[in-house]
Amino acid sequence: MQLSMTVRKSFGTFTLATGFTVSGDSVGIFGVSGSGKSTLVSMLAGLLPPDSGEIILDGECLFSSAKRINLRPEQRRIAMVFQQHCLFPHLNVRNNLLYGYKRCPAQFRTIDFNALVDVLKLEGLLDRGVTNLSGGEKQRVALGRAILANPCLLLMDEPLSALDDSLRFQIIPYLRSVSEQFGIPYLFISHSLIEMRLMTDNTLVFEKGVMVEQVSSEQLARNRMGSSPVGYINLLKLGRPSPSAGLFAYPWGAGQLLLSAGSDCDTSMAELSSKDIILFKQHPEAISARNLLKCSVSSLFSSGRKIGVELEYAGNTLIAEVVQDAVNELGIIPGSTIYAAIKASAFRMLPGGLLINFSASACVTGASPIKPTLPKPPIFYTILANISLLLYYKMLARHML
Amino acid sequence: MTPLSPTDYDAIRLSVQVAIAATLLSLPFGFAFAYLITFVKFRGKVLLEVLVNLPLTLPPVVVGYFLLLLLGRHGWLGSLLNEAGIRLIFTLKAAVIASAVVGFPLLVRSLRIGMESIDPQLINASRTLGARWHDTLLTVILPLSVPGLAAGSSLMFARSLGEFGATIIVAGNIPGVTQTIPLAIYEYASSPTSESMALSLCLVSVVISLVVLFLHEMMAKKMARRR
Repeated sequence: MQLSMTVRKSFGTFTLATGFTVSGDSVGIFGVSGSGKSTLVSMLAGLLPPDSGEIILDGECLFSSAKRINLRPEQRRIAMVFQQHCLFPHLNVRNNLLYGYKRCPAQFRTIDFNALVDVLKLEGLLDRGVTNLSGGEKQRVALGRAILANPCLLLMDEPLSALDDSLRFQIIPYLRSVSEQFGIPYLFISHSLIEMRLMTDNTLVFEKGVMVEQVSSEQLARNRMGSSPVGYINLLKLGRPSPSAGLFAYPWGAGQLLLSAGSDCDTSMAELSSKDIILFKQHPEAISARNLLKCSVSSLFSSGRKIGVELEYAGNTLIAEVVQDAVNELGIIPGSTIYAAIKASAFRMLPGGLLINFSASACVTGASPIKPTLPKPPIFYTILANISLLLYYKMLARHML
Repeated sequence: MTPLSPTDYDAIRLSVQVAIAATLLSLPFGFAFAYLITFVKFRGKVLLEVLVNLPLTLPPVVVGYFLLLLLGRHGWLGSLLNEAGIRLIFTLKAAVIASAVVGFPLLVRSLRIGMESIDPQLINASRTLGARWHDTLLTVILPLSVPGLAAGSSLMFARSLGEFGATIIVAGNIPGVTQTIPLAIYEYASSPTSESMALSLCLVSVVISLVVLFLHEMMAKKMARRR
């Protein structure tokens, strides 16, 4: 997917003015609330016309104020997964899923309904009404509905923000695998760094209606380490644990980590803040932290007033943060050896792996949605409507009066 | 209480007939107006809203008088129709038109409330899924407006049953032709000997209203359960 956007849009005092070209199959748009992310997405989908500018997706011009082009949303083949699931309450799961599929021109229909139902594990739900589904099920149906429209681009506008934390991480594998499996590039919008890193490779960062940088999501997390209250979050892929003296020993790359939380999955994901790692120049003889890792320093980077130390341990990378004084005192330079101490309780397991049934109540957050305006009827339909009206009234007059 | 006379039965039949016809006549217009007001941006929207709601605040007699001016033999529309050989004034058709005009704001109001309660994102979702505007109208807006449609129709039906002021002016009070229940009661009430006859018709009126309101509530409950 190659997208180039140069647009300008003002509402009252807020102005979004940006120009960028981005390519890749998993692109992120990152920014806090009010930075213009949703406006941008709505303009891309055709739900909101820019004041001026040009939008070109894979060589096709979707909008151009100079050439007076403005394709309608239904002509753009850009499907959307919204913050709220936005399923049609009067249709069952099957008909919701098929809504976009039926409207997709036959030559573009490449995705098989049954294959998708299989991937999203929706078999048992097809004939149910959508109002009785749980939060996670609803979002899976919404995702399936968007994919089945066979779009050339999938927009995900904070699709996880209405879900609670445990659910979020269970939906992410679906989001990734579905678009990868069916070959649909996506644009993922979020204000969560961790979602960005799990979902995207390349990220556009927005602030107050302006794109400020275009970086990899990993680089973005490093840049934000110094200013973030939680530091840099290390994401660790762990193997199946075995009990060990009241704790759990998880294989991690070629090494092992001791955590206080257990898991019965073959693989799991754990978070560790860069703030929770203590560095020692030499081996401390005795220490209460249960993990003491002998690491080598691969690089240093600065972020705000903090220095990030990239550590190498058993084929894994770990980022710790320290202040400049500590770097000087410990003599940390790339290539040096250092001990990292981590408490077993400092890790936080991310719920992931298999999706089980849970009932989550989705909380309503975020900005108010854009109010749709529909065009005035074209003349053909007006005539058609008038003829039907005439027939209707003729019948009425004959039978009632 | 006196048993109902044949003209009373006529009045009941005519009342129901007028109410159903007026509701059916107004439905397409009501839907179109509610759609325009809710979803389409245009100049003069406020003016349209005021005009639609005007019959709600005007005395029905005034509405009737305007209709008489419009549809009368020398009226602006009436003279045209007269040339075409159509006479409306003092016929059942006029009673239907009067009821339709007076009840119209109630219908539009209910429909509009129904349409405004549709999540705008659902409409956006349907557009991004490839539905053109009329497709969205038929497959999303119309089905989700059904509760508003049902509520509006039953309100309008009930209002039409009680319509008196505008009807008596444009349709007169001709027993068996344009005399509906309220007009018949009025006639009984104005003669000193027919008090009990008026009471019988009043009871009929109460029963019909109760049935309509029960149906309305039941439908509302059913809709609420389905959502």
